[in-house]
Amino acid sequence: MKPAPFDYVAASSVDEAVALLANHGDDAKLIAGGQSLIPMLNFRLLQPDMLIDIGNIPDLQSISEATDSLLVGATVCHHMLLTSPLVRKHFPILCHAVSHVAHIAIRNRGTIGGSLSHADPAAELPMMMVLLDAELEIAGPTGSRSIDANTFFVGALTTVLEPDEMVVRIRLPFLPAGSGWEFQEVARRSGDFALAGAASILTATDGTVNTARVAVLGVDETPLRILAAEDALRGNAFDEAAVAQAARSVQEAVEPKSDLHGSADYRRHLIGVLTGRVLRSAWRRATGDDR
Amino acid sequence: MTEKKSVELSVNGRTYRRSIDPRILLSDFLREDLGLTGTHVGCEHGICGACTVLMNGASTRSCLCLALQADGADITTVEGLGDIDELDALQKKFREHHALQCGFCTPGMLMTITELISRDTDLSDDEIREALSGNLCRCTGYEHIVQATRAALDERRS
Repeated sequence: MKPAPFDYVAASSVDEAVALLANHGDDAKLIAGGQSLIPMLNFRLLQPDMLIDIGNIPDLQSISEATDSLLVGATVCHHMLLTSPLVRKHFPILCHAVSHVAHIAIRNRGTIGGSLSHADPAAELPMMMVLLDAELEIAGPTGSRSIDANTFFVGALTTVLEPDEMVVRIRLPFLPAGSGWEFQEVARRSGDFALAGAASILTATDGTVNTARVAVLGVDETPLRILAAEDALRGNAFDEAAVAQAARSVQEAVEPKSDLHGSADYRRHLIGVLTGRVLRSAWRRATGDDR
Repeated sequence: MTEKKSVELSVNGRTYRRSIDPRILLSDFLREDLGLTGTHVGCEHGICGACTVLMNGASTRSCLCLALQADGADITTVEGLGDIDELDALQKKFREHHALQCGFCTPGMLMTITELISRDTDLSDDEIREALSGNLCRCTGYEHIVQATRAALDERRS
């Protein structure tokens, strides 16, 4: 349970980190909080020749407000997301979701960029980025590019990032006024990876659903937006029939796997129940006093 | 062989400077290089919480942190709380409430709770349990640990 030998360099800027990646490519790994990477090193599932530490690059550690969006640096840790007044003001759903990430000591170290790059299909932040229509700013040897979170995740622990690229910033477009939201997950124990989780953001006009977003985690190879469920809700009255239809759309869209903790059938059942719960709660926030 | 790197950090108020292999985990650095064996190593992949230390006041799994990542940091281990002749306030509550049996998880529990009560003293039992959920104890059933934490919080508030 000790890592295999590697070289270590602490990068002092994004340019330096990208240059090091360009030189070492596949043989190097970036490390920031290390809360996913170090377990894999300890188990020797990964044996990189070099670790490039981006945990002390000041540019990547801040949360700031632009005119239409919130900008979150890649090495902002979970605890900072959870306690940031800006995040609480614009994205209370994100605070709520992050409170489900592991435990205090992990949240003190683990970073948003690390969680997204690691791309665990049961992790909260990748799903939240998909739900929030986040844009990821990626730095690489030829400059920077921007990727929609919905095209960033391509499989379990797999993203479109090239070996010489890194996530530097996440742009979260502000939500429409009057958005109601909810996030819920079910895990065997507090802090464990969830068996399944769902989140929704709704806006209402005169008793009908104006805009709808639905996303799920833990029930497929990647976090997913469920467009069929969103289409079924949008423009229609919000009632139990609509909720049931949306939950069925989610159950039909996902391909959960069986493991030690739950069968595929159980997870499919669970995601239907969770979808109903988050929709009802998001609707209450969009229409009621508990906004 | 990889090149050794220099690390300088403060542990319990004392500054240490060493030249180390980059792969050395903070937990092993504390125990083997510095001889501070109060930090316990259980699962070595971030599940059990026994190796929890404070890094600049924030609880950290020392098995999920390279010693080099702690360069320049201020580390507090269980040796920095109190000693056998003069336990600190939280350690006294652990003794009074029988919050340990074998004691393996205790250093990690103490460090987690030390951070918790430094951040907030107005906590419900549910919030205490949630905060302790990352530290596994196989002996006590947790009840007495929650009681000791509650007592430490009450004392701190009054």
